[in-house]
Amino acid sequence: MFENFDAILLARIQFAFTIAFHFIFPAFTIGLASYLAVLNGSYLKTKDKAYLQLFNFWVKIFAITFAMGVVSGITMSYQFGTNWSIFSDIAGPVIGPLMAYEVLTAFFLEAGFLGIMLFGRDRVGPKLHMFACSMVAFGTAISATWILSVNSWMHTPDGYVLAENGQYIPVDWMKVIFTPSFPYRLAHTLTAAYLTTAFIVGGVGAWHLLKGRSDNKGVRTMFSMAMWMIAITAPLQIFLGDLHGLNTLEYQPQKVMAMEGHYESHPEGAPLYLFGIPDDEEQTLKYAVGIPKLSSLILKHDLNAPMAGLDTIPDDEQPPVAIVFWSFRIMVGIGFLMLGAAIVGLWARFRGALYDHKFLHRFMLLMGPSGLVAVLAGWITTEVGRQPYTIWKLLRTEHSASPLDAPAVGASLLAFIIVYFFVFGAGVFYILRLMSKPPKINDMGMNAEEGPIRTAGTTPAQQTQSHHSEMISSIQKEKE
Amino acid sequence: MDVSVWLANSWAFLLALAVFIYVVLDGFDLGLGVLYPFFPKEKDRDLLMNTVAPVWDGNETWLVLGGGGLFAAFPLAYGIIMPALYVPIIAMLLALIFRGVAFEFRWRTKRWKKYWDMAFIGGSTLAAFSQGIALGALLQGIKVDGRAYSGGWWDWLSPFSFLTGLAVIAGYALLGSTWLIMKTEGDVESRARKLAWGFGLATIGFIAIVSLFTPYLETEYYRRWFEMPGLFVTIPMPVIIAFITFYLFKSLNIHHHEYRPFILSILLFALCFIGLGISMYPYIIPTEVTIVEAATPFISQIFMFVGACVLIPIILGYTIYAYWVFRGKVSHDEGYH
Repeated sequence: MFENFDAILLARIQFAFTIAFHFIFPAFTIGLASYLAVLNGSYLKTKDKAYLQLFNFWVKIFAITFAMGVVSGITMSYQFGTNWSIFSDIAGPVIGPLMAYEVLTAFFLEAGFLGIMLFGRDRVGPKLHMFACSMVAFGTAISATWILSVNSWMHTPDGYVLAENGQYIPVDWMKVIFTPSFPYRLAHTLTAAYLTTAFIVGGVGAWHLLKGRSDNKGVRTMFSMAMWMIAITAPLQIFLGDLHGLNTLEYQPQKVMAMEGHYESHPEGAPLYLFGIPDDEEQTLKYAVGIPKLSSLILKHDLNAPMAGLDTIPDDEQPPVAIVFWSFRIMVGIGFLMLGAAIVGLWARFRGALYDHKFLHRFMLLMGPSGLVAVLAGWITTEVGRQPYTIWKLLRTEHSASPLDAPAVGASLLAFIIVYFFVFGAGVFYILRLMSKPPKINDMGMNAEEGPIRTAGTTPAQQTQSHHSEMISSIQKEKE
Repeated sequence: MDVSVWLANSWAFLLALAVFIYVVLDGFDLGLGVLYPFFPKEKDRDLLMNTVAPVWDGNETWLVLGGGGLFAAFPLAYGIIMPALYVPIIAMLLALIFRGVAFEFRWRTKRWKKYWDMAFIGGSTLAAFSQGIALGALLQGIKVDGRAYSGGWWDWLSPFSFLTGLAVIAGYALLGSTWLIMKTEGDVESRARKLAWGFGLATIGFIAIVSLFTPYLETEYYRRWFEMPGLFVTIPMPVIIAFITFYLFKSLNIHHHEYRPFILSILLFALCFIGLGISMYPYIIPTEVTIVEAATPFISQIFMFVGACVLIPIILGYTIYAYWVFRGKVSHDEGYH
């Protein structure tokens, strides 16, 4: 089945496939962990049961997503060695320590406090439980910071020298960690994670509102919080994306040429192509529809600024244009739809119609998974756009792979595809089922009423009872 | 000793420690998967799961540190070992996916619960087996040419690696059953004691066979174990193991000994680990690449070393705290109904 593929192509497909699957989970959990910490903090501060109810609703979804993120992430950490061993040997001295720091400062923090966050509310008291929630949220953000530092170094390497044995050796750690593209990439990606979560939470809220559950305070609260978050982060993200684009233009101009579809140079101002079919063979954008000079205005803030095209780049250094061109358009398109949701949301809120605005609710339901699509499209843009290099201008992708036979890589790729679709498909099904049920006032989180009890450790009959009886008595009070 | 040599060896020690902590911690929770078939009742299976639900995630992170640490401190070894052990590593990763999601998924479905239980059994057993195979394959030697792996993708498979694979399954089941003695009571605990007997005997048997086999894999190993000064360890080692084994089985029969079997099982693992160290040191890939040769440059080593020295005690601190929060026995009749 794989005779016509070479091992490197298979390794690339495998990496793209496994990392795309993996990326979905942290993109959601980074935002969700912070959201849970905020919910828990709001509950402790206001004693409003709606926040606790929401915490217990989302924490179950978080647990499933987190588990899938962890198991798919372990694959990533080993894949550098299994499929890209030459790259690992050459770049290991620079990026290895950064990844080790990710494990030491982030993964252990998340995993260590996750148990207490999920099952420990009645065991450690509210303050320590809040601390555990914060540490999990903090851990996800630290993790993103280190891995984006690694990724940024591969895009804009700095602070290294080439050693005699062919390895890149760090000489200045500050320059290695804080490469020129790192701050932009980090801000853009973290904001993307918060937006992604806000749209999922907002989409779930919209679903329950459409089902006529606007008298459920939890539903109203989650929808309202999500719309605030979107109102703040959607415009911010467009601004950050623009900055990131300018940075890319400075350090990886051919990536921007591919994003814009600029095969030819435009000495007197470049158009912004809205549509076109990139053709790498003929080096033209067919059926191009563009707005004259707008690309120059956006990228150089000058209508007549000259823009170089891919004709200035040797053929064997050009990225595949079509993928980059289209993934970039998908990301940007979703970005502006998100801005639209933010504006409609604000408008509905100021008219006092946030919970009755049918169009907004339908739109938000539709946009629920949009963050995930945008995140993947953006990642494809930046990663395919840096081809043919794994480390920009230093190491080509074809020189990075392990000395493996194609059948080995092909068979493992097939196994990953089958297992991922089956396992993560089931996970997404369980998550959607949890999302479709409205948040309940007597929800007890991971010690849920459905299924067996999940408190592990001692038999804290009196302790768990306290949480339970507190819940019951509060419900009774509300009834009275 | 040269500072960079000292640092490389310290890193090797830290990595070995991380792998050992992993083997013990994930060892007992993977062991539960191996033991699952012996607890057919759903109620008992829930209980087994509940004993590790809050901590398994942290246990598995030590594996990430093992892989990540190898990449960071010895990228050359990482780049050679991973392709050489391609099949067992991929099998382990896929197996860990199944058993990892089983923790969450089995509570979310009634109809599919028994299938996720099977995923837990299969995933745990296959992960243990793959890890054992990887160990055996490393010990029997890996072909290296220049800075890269030069063998085929089935080189890892041999009677010896198959044997070490089975040995690890038995060892993890021993850890799992002694963990259960500590964390459960009544019926489940007494069954765990019986299982610990069986898997204890199997583990000892495997240790004996693997130990006899190993020196004949490489002349270097033989020299170490059977020529002076190696005899100083070769003779006391079996004696100490026999001693621990005796106390392990004794403690299994004494009902109020609840922590002792687990601790003695860990000691048994520790001794095997020391034995491995004696066979391998100073190589990281036996007889091909030494620790010092594979070490990343000094500037990379020292950058991480400072952080690791500060962070690992902190990590151990909150890990112990997490275990302490969920200390004591878990029982069936804990509930809300």
